[in-house]
Amino acid sequence: METETQTVETTTKKVNKKTLEKVCIICAKGSIEDVYAALVMTNGAVMEGIEAKLFFTFFGLDAITKKQMNSLHTGTIGNPAMRMPGGIPFPSILGMLPGVEAGVSSMMMSQMEKLDIPPVDEFMDMITAGGGEIYACKLATDMFKLEMKDLSEHVKDIITIGQFYELCDGDRTQIIFT
Amino acid sequence: MGQVNIAGVAIDVNDEGYLNDPSQWTEDVAAVIAKEEGISLTDKHFEVLHFLREKHLAGEQLTIRKVGKSGIVDIKGLYGLFPGGPLKKSSRIAGIPKPASCV
Repeated sequence: METETQTVETTTKKVNKKTLEKVCIICAKGSIEDVYAALVMTNGAVMEGIEAKLFFTFFGLDAITKKQMNSLHTGTIGNPAMRMPGGIPFPSILGMLPGVEAGVSSMMMSQMEKLDIPPVDEFMDMITAGGGEIYACKLATDMFKLEMKDLSEHVKDIITIGQFYELCDGDRTQIIFT
Repeated sequence: MGQVNIAGVAIDVNDEGYLNDPSQWTEDVAAVIAKEEGISLTDKHFEVLHFLREKHLAGEQLTIRKVGKSGIVDIKGLYGLFPGGPLKKSSRIAGIPKPASCV
């Protein structure tokens, strides 16, 4: 009997809370942190049972371009939040030296691997396995001369911004631009 | 939230319906919680539940990636077993706390 009461209460709570039903996330940048922010949010939504659409445009296309997707970098110049291990400030001039950006980037990736955050292609595997959808921007692919064959198999389609908005229907939908 | 009576035993749960004490868990408890989530448990479900409990009790943080690499089920399969919340629902049914991981 008590179990039944709880079921009713949990259900009521869900109804009252009006949970988010869909998120449409736009990623326009191609650095590790920008791409991962978009991937974590998309995957997080899918895991919560929220419908998720992820749209890559401009430099964000690197994240779904076969050639680039698994060798993304983080910028080492002009990033005031960049620190060396131990919190020592990271002088911008260091970031210009050959190999520094690659070194910092591989360190970022290995730190994330320790937290069980997968490489880009595997992350997209996880997202699509849960029903999340990944799209490329038509305008930007035209501009960068990219076609479906250049893009990851996880990309469902190349679509216009108008088609993207069509995917964003529903009362409890949010569009997030990272 | 206090206690709920599952399979004739009083079980302590929090206000989101997760068990407060994983040691109060039994397969009968799992079946009742699963029913509430609209899931009827199969052997495959139980394999996942036992894996989650084992990892949780060993102090590991759980992610769907870890379950996907367990050899029990791939990630797509995990979504199939626990639709709409692979890690949250499976953790609740496995009698362990709500997952605190972002992946």
